[in-house]
Amino acid sequence: MSIKVTIDGKEVSARDGDNIIDVAAENGVYIPSLCYVKGKPCLGTCRTCSVKVNGNVMAACTIPVAEGMEIEVNEPEVTDMRKALVELLFSEGNHNCPSCEKSGRCELQATGYEVDMMVSRFPYRFTPRVVDHSSKTIFLQRDRCIFCQRCVDMIRDEKTGEKIFSIKGRGTHARIEIDTDLANEMSPQQVREASDLCPVGCIIDSTQGYDDPIGKRKFEVKTIRDRALERTHR
Amino acid sequence: MSHAHKKDEILSHDLPATPLDPKTQAIRDAKIQVAMIGFCGCWGCTLSFLDMDEGLLELLEKVNITRSSMTDTKRIPGRMALGFIEGGIANSENIEVLEEYRENCDVLISVGACAVWGGVPAMRNVVPLEECFREAYIDSPTAVPSAKKVIPFHEDLPIITTTVKPLHEVVKIDYFIPGCPPDGGAILKVLDDLVNGRGFDLPSSMNRYD
Amino acid sequence: MNDEIQTILSNYHSDRTRLMDMLWDVQLQQGYISDEAVSSLAKDLKISNDDVRETLTFYHFFHDKPFGKHKVYLCDTTIAKMSGYDEVRDALSNEIGTAFNSVDETSTFGLGDANCIGLSDQEPAMMVDNVVFTKLTPNKVKDIISDLKSGKTAENIANPKNINSKELAYVENMVDANIKTESQVLFKANRDYKSILQTCLDKHIPEEVIEEITLANLRGRGGAGFPTGMKWKFGREAEGAEKYIICNADEGEPGTFKDRVLLSHSPKDVLLGMIAAAYAVGSRHGIIYLRAEYWYLKDFLQQQIQDFRDEGLLGKNILGSKLEFDIRIQMGAGAYVCGDETALIESCEGKRGTPRVKPPYPINQGYLGMPTSVNNVETLAAASYIIEKGGDWYEEMGTDDSTGTRLLSVSGDCENPGIYEIEWGTTLNEVLEMIGAKDAKAVQISGPAGDTLSVKLDGEREFCYSDLSCNGSLMVFNQSRDLLNVVRDFEKFFVEESCGICVPCRAGGVDLLHKMERFIDGRGCQQDIEEITTWSKLLKGTSRCGLGTAAPNPILATLEKFPEIYQEKLVEQKGPLLPSFDMDDALSAHELAYKKLTQEEA
Repeated sequence: MSIKVTIDGKEVSARDGDNIIDVAAENGVYIPSLCYVKGKPCLGTCRTCSVKVNGNVMAACTIPVAEGMEIEVNEPEVTDMRKALVELLFSEGNHNCPSCEKSGRCELQATGYEVDMMVSRFPYRFTPRVVDHSSKTIFLQRDRCIFCQRCVDMIRDEKTGEKIFSIKGRGTHARIEIDTDLANEMSPQQVREASDLCPVGCIIDSTQGYDDPIGKRKFEVKTIRDRALERTHR
Repeated sequence: MSHAHKKDEILSHDLPATPLDPKTQAIRDAKIQVAMIGFCGCWGCTLSFLDMDEGLLELLEKVNITRSSMTDTKRIPGRMALGFIEGGIANSENIEVLEEYRENCDVLISVGACAVWGGVPAMRNVVPLEECFREAYIDSPTAVPSAKKVIPFHEDLPIITTTVKPLHEVVKIDYFIPGCPPDGGAILKVLDDLVNGRGFDLPSSMNRYD
Repeated sequence: MNDEIQTILSNYHSDRTRLMDMLWDVQLQQGYISDEAVSSLAKDLKISNDDVRETLTFYHFFHDKPFGKHKVYLCDTTIAKMSGYDEVRDALSNEIGTAFNSVDETSTFGLGDANCIGLSDQEPAMMVDNVVFTKLTPNKVKDIISDLKSGKTAENIANPKNINSKELAYVENMVDANIKTESQVLFKANRDYKSILQTCLDKHIPEEVIEEITLANLRGRGGAGFPTGMKWKFGREAEGAEKYIICNADEGEPGTFKDRVLLSHSPKDVLLGMIAAAYAVGSRHGIIYLRAEYWYLKDFLQQQIQDFRDEGLLGKNILGSKLEFDIRIQMGAGAYVCGDETALIESCEGKRGTPRVKPPYPINQGYLGMPTSVNNVETLAAASYIIEKGGDWYEEMGTDDSTGTRLLSVSGDCENPGIYEIEWGTTLNEVLEMIGAKDAKAVQISGPAGDTLSVKLDGEREFCYSDLSCNGSLMVFNQSRDLLNVVRDFEKFFVEESCGICVPCRAGGVDLLHKMERFIDGRGCQQDIEEITTWSKLLKGTSRCGLGTAAPNPILATLEKFPEIYQEKLVEQKGPLLPSFDMDDALSAHELAYKKLTQEEA
């Protein structure tokens, strides 16, 4: 069923039940997101897709559109909130872009550019996080994990359907874990899928790194905004 | 935190220097005064500055670079419109000099990953300083086996900071140019805007963190 | 070892949703939950080891490494700190011979902190092996630890007369009820539950029960104030092969303990409320989610449920009708966030207590994906009176938007802490008079997640949903208290209890805490006030659940009501260095490292 909503004051039509990110993208309005993957169940963890819905701040990926909804994306206060959340991630983890294999292919980095982040307004924390080298196929660079839960929810062992990635602990003590035995059974394709799914350089395919030269990397060839709007970014 | 100078010490910037001819001096004085410095980093941002190529010539029509890695000026000679700083804060001397820059510059710009958030030197921040010293001076694979192991600690040497700090966590910083290093084009864009009285505006297409 | 785990698994029919119970049983039998136990559980439940660990490592009271034979947790709330906590803490550490958050050399004791354990009216208090000790003094601690060292169990020490844990006397022997007011609605003695339910079933079809509750205008007592009649109506209309009624007894909001007292002194009111809900919604299964901190209520509550089964009020064909309903108790394991109804449901399913993305709401898709009505203990107790006396009767009490009564758990600086039943519409000053709070400066209502009131400014405000919407926690602070420290403690609480799933709450909460520490250290300046305000709005706006949105409340409320406590601490920047920059800290490590390494080499 087709319904009408407004995005930044402009009336657009949308399919009832589609979420705000998708509806906005279809109408040429980019909303950043670091956990949502089109076609997969919404995770609602990163909150960087926050927009105003009828005046209230809400995560766009979690909200299905409804008739008459007034959505504000490029409104100053909520635009700054999205930027602040990206900055929060940069100060919470250790995001050393110059030494990261994922640089140029990293969604967090690409989103940082889209929200015009120059520096984090939050104090940089430099919390020590342990790297996990135990698997042959993947190494887990926890410094960069943003706890989006994509890997936890979307990557499963192909035979048993069991989780390969999981979260241990809670709050500031939470950390991403990998089941070494199951990881060692992953096919090269699945390893690549997991590493591509990771929005940052936490899940690193141990056979891959610095493949593309600077200037030819994924988000340099086409920005994350353009990919999101073309709906081909995955 | 200021190192007390000994009474009989002569500092290089106090030595007599040959004055410039008045005409050249007048031209320089009429320009926008800029001071540059590199703290804990690799001077890559300064190289990027030079990477502005012919853009540099145009810029130099408007600005006069006083203290910098490329000149031999040891102290900021007066009030500066702009301070251009690369590198993070890793020792007591860095703090002292950063204070001098903040006091003498109208606008301070943090340039490059090290200045903006600590960068590569800040990779030591997740390791206690004691362990860093142990690795560097005691268990160092390049240490001369028979030599006495010495940890540098002397009144004439700067004190190493507990962690490497971004500039803006020590003094107020006005603008930031990320990148490791930023492109010469990005540096030019920012400086050109500022010296021509336009505001800071680094478009996302020129922004990069690596 | 494996046999024990096999028995545990078969006790729960290898049902993955009962993982919380299994983990408790393993820990109670084996002291902690070993890797071997994790593997055995995972293998039998056909999930991965990490699935089990995800749940296991989420909860404060589960241990995946040995944590001593006796597990001691001292409650460290701001209220405890006003009641001799420091001396008790030192005594515990000295007597046990280990620091907090560690195990002693003999592996006899594991010593840790706990957030509010629901005993704010009798602090300092601690849990030892799921038994509690209240009104602690250093001497009392000394005796308890010495008894434990001599081989007595915590149970022996707390219950020397060996009272049966199914009896109220067992609970009363351990904790005080401190009910301070005459009953207006709740806590009525000698109710004839059988005839009340019989009358209700005879007189009303389910829709009429919902109508009475709607007429009564009963609203959720957990804090949000959602109309209970509407929730039950939605539940009735929702489609599902099964429907569930969950009683939220995860009373984790610091300073509240009214549900503990309701469950000990009017347990059958709550059970009857659940039965009414089940009848209204059309549910066959009820769950009481009981926080682990109330372990001492478990056997007693189980007995109350059994009494109802024996009397025909629970089970099949209740009182000869077609109604079928039974209740099980689900123990929590230490996670404040499970007070959120969707996190609580996840926990009931044996998972991490992570709040779900909403919509869908539990009333449509809750426990096991089925329509689920989650109601607060007090809401259900109140409902049991409404079905007896009618919506009209209830509606006459209170104010227009807030009918009936509200229980307050009162703690802090007053003469008579305890449980008070007030009619909605009572003013703050009237309550302060009632509880003997003579020198009160600030009152925290609804716990850290609620509001900070100034007695001077807010004294005449009324308790009701449109004004002082209180979830039952009321903490009083007198003129001598340092409110900045109170706010810091509250922010620390939110950081410790954040589930970590969303960025603003997990990461932003830490920055709010650090800012508060900066003010207290005398390093805050005007810019910090502006930043903490904007960052607070960020958490309020963008967090996924009520924990994150409420986390900045103590800061925002005190900035508004007590701006002077911040202003007094602010510093002006002198010279180029930012006040927040800590020169001593920045330059301290070098010399220390130099001395240590030079000494080692010499």
